[in-house]
Amino acid sequence: MSRIITRRRFLIGATMTASALGLSGCDALVESDRTKSVLKIAEGFSMKTQRFLLGDNALAREFTEADLSPVFRANGTSMPDNPQYLDWMNQQFSTWKLDVGGLVDKPMQLSLADLKALPARTQITRHDCVEGWSAIGKWTGVPLGALLKTVGLKPEARYIVFHCADEYEKTLDGTGWYYESIDLVDAFHPQTILAHTMNGRDLEVAHGAPLRLRVERQLGYKQAKYLTRIEAVADLGRLYGGSGGFWEDRGYEWYAGI
Amino acid sequence: MATIDAGVATGRTVIYRHSLLVRLSHWVNVLCMTVLLFSGLQIFNAHPALYWGQYGADNDPSFISMEAVEDGDKAKGVTRVGSLSFNTTGVLGLSQVDGEATARGFPEWLTIPSYQDLATGRRWHFFFAWLFVINGFIYLAYGLLSRHFRRDLLPAGNELTPAHIGHEIVNHARLRFPKGPEARHYNTLQKLTYVAVIFLLLPLMILTGLTMSPGFDAVAPWLLDIFGGRQSARTIHFLTAFSLTAFVVVHVAMVILSGVFNNLRSMITGYYAIDHGDIKGDKL
Repeated sequence: MSRIITRRRFLIGATMTASALGLSGCDALVESDRTKSVLKIAEGFSMKTQRFLLGDNALAREFTEADLSPVFRANGTSMPDNPQYLDWMNQQFSTWKLDVGGLVDKPMQLSLADLKALPARTQITRHDCVEGWSAIGKWTGVPLGALLKTVGLKPEARYIVFHCADEYEKTLDGTGWYYESIDLVDAFHPQTILAHTMNGRDLEVAHGAPLRLRVERQLGYKQAKYLTRIEAVADLGRLYGGSGGFWEDRGYEWYAGI
Repeated sequence: MATIDAGVATGRTVIYRHSLLVRLSHWVNVLCMTVLLFSGLQIFNAHPALYWGQYGADNDPSFISMEAVEDGDKAKGVTRVGSLSFNTTGVLGLSQVDGEATARGFPEWLTIPSYQDLATGRRWHFFFAWLFVINGFIYLAYGLLSRHFRRDLLPAGNELTPAHIGHEIVNHARLRFPKGPEARHYNTLQKLTYVAVIFLLLPLMILTGLTMSPGFDAVAPWLLDIFGGRQSARTIHFLTAFSLTAFVVVHVAMVILSGVFNNLRSMITGYYAIDHGDIKGDKL
């Protein structure tokens, strides 16, 4: 998602445009809060309709080895630049641990070796970037549902939040760290996995080493990379920008099934 | 199309041509298709390249692309279609934003919003896609139940002969439009065009649009087989939008050439005046 224009950049651009030329009538309409809230109706409509048609367990198409993209485009952060991540990377992620906590009965910490020892699912699926391009890759990882059953969700848990090791936008208040969230329908979907292996090899740094989320019925920005912590929560409003994800905080839909 | 015989003495008959529902759904459609086109170009600009097959990204061969390339110390906009390459500087691939040449698929005067903002483009696109689909279903139900399709749009057998169609094409090319009784109903070219738009192009837009949705692909994986993959569907979506735009250009030209006031009135009030043609002068 390196080329998605962030709200910050667009605001700078928009302000310059507005001051230089005066906003055209069309753009003024686009930027009104009322317009935005009306347009948001469509997201709820799309999600409810798709969920109704999908049921909980309809599968995304799985492809064959022959369908794999020759080059799987890396997107978003391709090399986190914080010292903690570099330290993990330099030790082949042997010191990295995944923290599973929040509204769970038995919080856990798992090393990469622990995760690799768990039963895994392998799937060849299509990754669809919100920009329009697609790539097909083969992913192997731990079904998230199985892990959540092990730690035990508390009854009030509604969403699973994925915290990441990449600060995608440098901000003073820390709201530029990448994160994502899904609800329990997607969390317990059989194809929702924590992938440690891609195309038969350890996940590369550009693709989110050592662990990334695959939630196959949604767009690319939901597939959070560089996972460090999984947190079960009751609501999303208090995290970061409050909309449930890095791109969601910047205007994109939380439900990215379309 | 109930007839109200008024103004016979002047050689004109005013008929009730378009029902309220047809008029309303027409104008809702105008709004939806306008927003869908310009917000669609905004979405296209996020990745101005089209592919064929299940996947497609920067390293895969594209079928159509727009990009800015270095040309000496300046940049130029290049649009590629297959193996053909065109210099489209100023419009496609490279255009002015705030007085500065900027890499951009379509120029700012063709996108909603004008500046690069994929998130907002998507919000507009999906909202109006819903409105368009709801409007379309209401129109389809009405068209079937009221026999509008059968009565007004289905060509009769004798209208489909090559001689008849050939004759109409010649008349259209000469801008000679039907008068008298023949003007009471759509001519064959109109019927065929409207049938193609309503039952082929618009459903194709919806289905290829849905095929791009990863969620909907899980609901209906057969869409991927019909269109040959998500990236093929994206390409067909674009080409069909282009076809619809061409239709609208011809449609509006015909509206203007065959009596803009009478045509607009009929799509607003429902009433359309027919010139009998046997009395000279009185041209609308």
